[in-house]
Amino acid sequence: MKVRAQIGMVLNLDKCIGCHTCSITCKNVWTSREGVEYAWFNNVESKPGLGYPTDWENQARWNGGWERTKAGKLHPKQGSKWRILANIFANPSLPEIDDYYEPFDFDYDHLKSAPEMEAFPTARPRSKITGERMQKIEKGPNWEEILGGEFSKRSADYNFEGIEKQIYGEYENTFMMYLPRLCEHCLNPTCVSSCPSGAIYKREEDGIVLIDQEKCRGWRMCVSGCPYKKIYYNWSSGKSEKCTLCYPRIESGNPTVCSETCVGRIRYLGVMLYDADKIAEAASVENTQDLYDAQLGVFLDPRDPEVIAAARADGIPEDWIKGAQESPIWKMAMDWKVAFPLHPEYRTLPMVWYIPPLSPIQNAAEAGAIGMNGDMPDVKNLRIPVKYLANMLTAGDEAPVVTALERMLAMRSYMRSKTVDGVIDEGIAERVGLTGRMIEDMYKIMALADYEDRFVIPTTHREQVEDAYDLKGGCGFTDSNGCSTGVSKGSLFGGSKRPLKMPTEAH
Amino acid sequence: MLFSNFSIDFFIFGVMPYIALTVLVVGSIARYERDPFTWKSSSSQLLRRKQLVWGSILFHVGIIIVFGGHLIGLFTPIWVLDTLGIPYAMKQWLAVILGGVAGIAALIGATMLIHRRVTDPRIWRHTSVADIGILVMIWVQLFVGLGTIFLTLQHMDGAEMVRFMTWSQSVVTLELNAWAEVIDVHWMYKFHIFLGLLITMLFPFTRLVHMVSGFAAPFRYLLRPGYQLVRSRRQKPLPKRGTSKVTPAE
Repeated sequence: MKVRAQIGMVLNLDKCIGCHTCSITCKNVWTSREGVEYAWFNNVESKPGLGYPTDWENQARWNGGWERTKAGKLHPKQGSKWRILANIFANPSLPEIDDYYEPFDFDYDHLKSAPEMEAFPTARPRSKITGERMQKIEKGPNWEEILGGEFSKRSADYNFEGIEKQIYGEYENTFMMYLPRLCEHCLNPTCVSSCPSGAIYKREEDGIVLIDQEKCRGWRMCVSGCPYKKIYYNWSSGKSEKCTLCYPRIESGNPTVCSETCVGRIRYLGVMLYDADKIAEAASVENTQDLYDAQLGVFLDPRDPEVIAAARADGIPEDWIKGAQESPIWKMAMDWKVAFPLHPEYRTLPMVWYIPPLSPIQNAAEAGAIGMNGDMPDVKNLRIPVKYLANMLTAGDEAPVVTALERMLAMRSYMRSKTVDGVIDEGIAERVGLTGRMIEDMYKIMALADYEDRFVIPTTHREQVEDAYDLKGGCGFTDSNGCSTGVSKGSLFGGSKRPLKMPTEAH
Repeated sequence: MLFSNFSIDFFIFGVMPYIALTVLVVGSIARYERDPFTWKSSSSQLLRRKQLVWGSILFHVGIIIVFGGHLIGLFTPIWVLDTLGIPYAMKQWLAVILGGVAGIAALIGATMLIHRRVTDPRIWRHTSVADIGILVMIWVQLFVGLGTIFLTLQHMDGAEMVRFMTWSQSVVTLELNAWAEVIDVHWMYKFHIFLGLLITMLFPFTRLVHMVSGFAAPFRYLLRPGYQLVRSRRQKPLPKRGTSKVTPAE
């Protein structure tokens, strides 16, 4: 057993209102620079839809994630090390910027500087890459917002696999949900594995996956390696960039910007202890539907005395062990089993998990025809097909998703009965394999969602692993050029230097 | 007095190699050390895929063969050829055929890449003087290099090739008078060498530095155990499990 700690995230899609505050605050902090205008470390997609970049979930097209060989070994789907090296001159699986969208801005100045004209002046779009006029904007970061576009296009959504999807194009049967996405900070990341330079790494202390900007050479294999397409090539700096899980905030015990600003309070952050020795085995189970269970098996129970002893021996600080015991992630993923990994079939063991959304009862007009399961509606009658959610969260295995949805319905039913009728109905809890106390705990964490319950983030203990005296007078947060004081304006090598706000590794 | 009988040949073949190699080594080390963030391939594939896939593969594969051929061809000591009993003429034929084919591939690739870079507004807009300058210089170098093949075909005994080998090796072995070996060769050869030395000199100041990473990448990547990388801040390794008592740090 090799115990490591990871900051995990859960997003309660049942509460996501699709306001995009997470995306905007993230963009303002991290990617409001030339070269990454098109990049959204956090974006929110309307589902069903093809998403951003287009069709990202279709790995037959993009070759992200892992592939299991007949011998049971894993190699990146885009190829093993030799293949990746052979593709270094031109990466066949790299999306073009048009697969995201051509970044644009509008001629706002024209609104006030236009001379007197017959027609009212307008602000027309201009490309942020070429600076030239764009006659038509073909795509944007959220092109399918609230089911924008024809169903025939949107329904190419990979999650419709195995679903008779035609009926969902009908107005009466249509459904939608939001899917906020960010880097998954995987336990078995393909981006790290695809980097020939060894510039991408997972941090031992908190599991955050980062790109060393000084070691990145721009071979761009990580972009195609990541099945979530959450690594972006900065076309201006020539380096890849990704979500940092706002590590400077996490290190000081604060939630990420996206989580902090989430209006719907859907995001949770907490510590998960896991057994690093089990990763390879878990990621390479044969059946993709077993990957969800396999990943549950990698997590370690932070209340188990044996685990605690091993965690201490492996240098996990005491307050991180305590944090793991109080982790909202553990509760939702392990105790209540309402949270699931996004596309476990990519075999990366992602660490940003999702609670599937409930949805209105289908055909509510035919109220009498709704199948009831005791006091609760049957989840099969929910508007979002369970199979669709299962394709997204459990590689198509419906049973765990059904259980989760039933538990969420049970929570509502139990609390309604308690607060409206004044009756505590243990039967409801029992029917879904929980107890009344667990449901009340669920209600506190998932429904009330107080700040302290959502974010249980111990601070980083660098003082325990590093000699702080050596850090004295260090650079702290710097631009691209590390500690160098040599050149500040203009560089001998490669023209003017643009300030890059991406932090580099502290020395 | 030193410059009274200064000759341009002496400068190009006797002095410039040392200036070029010094700038190459010192400049590259300085850049890697002082400004590692700028050490990159500057790929433009994301902006436009068109013409890059064929252009880049033809160019890179071609030029790597040509580059390797020059290194091996010029710096293999002549006694090695003699010991192995390889006739000079045969080596020259090999160089002409291999270099010719690879050179043509590289030239086609470079032409495609220049065309793409100049005609595509997305890429042209973000092309620096160094980017287009070095690309054009390499194109000219390939063109001249292929042109010298026609000269070479007129004397296939290998004697001229041996002179170039002698000169190249004398640069490394510090035989400072060897520049005289090549003063009476055709101007195309001279220009080819001059341009080669100039490109060598500009190497640290352009995107060419990615060559070093490109050649290093297979070693780094293939020798890396497994696929994953984890970085730790830990300055001292953890005590082995069970060998010492662990006190929880508060």
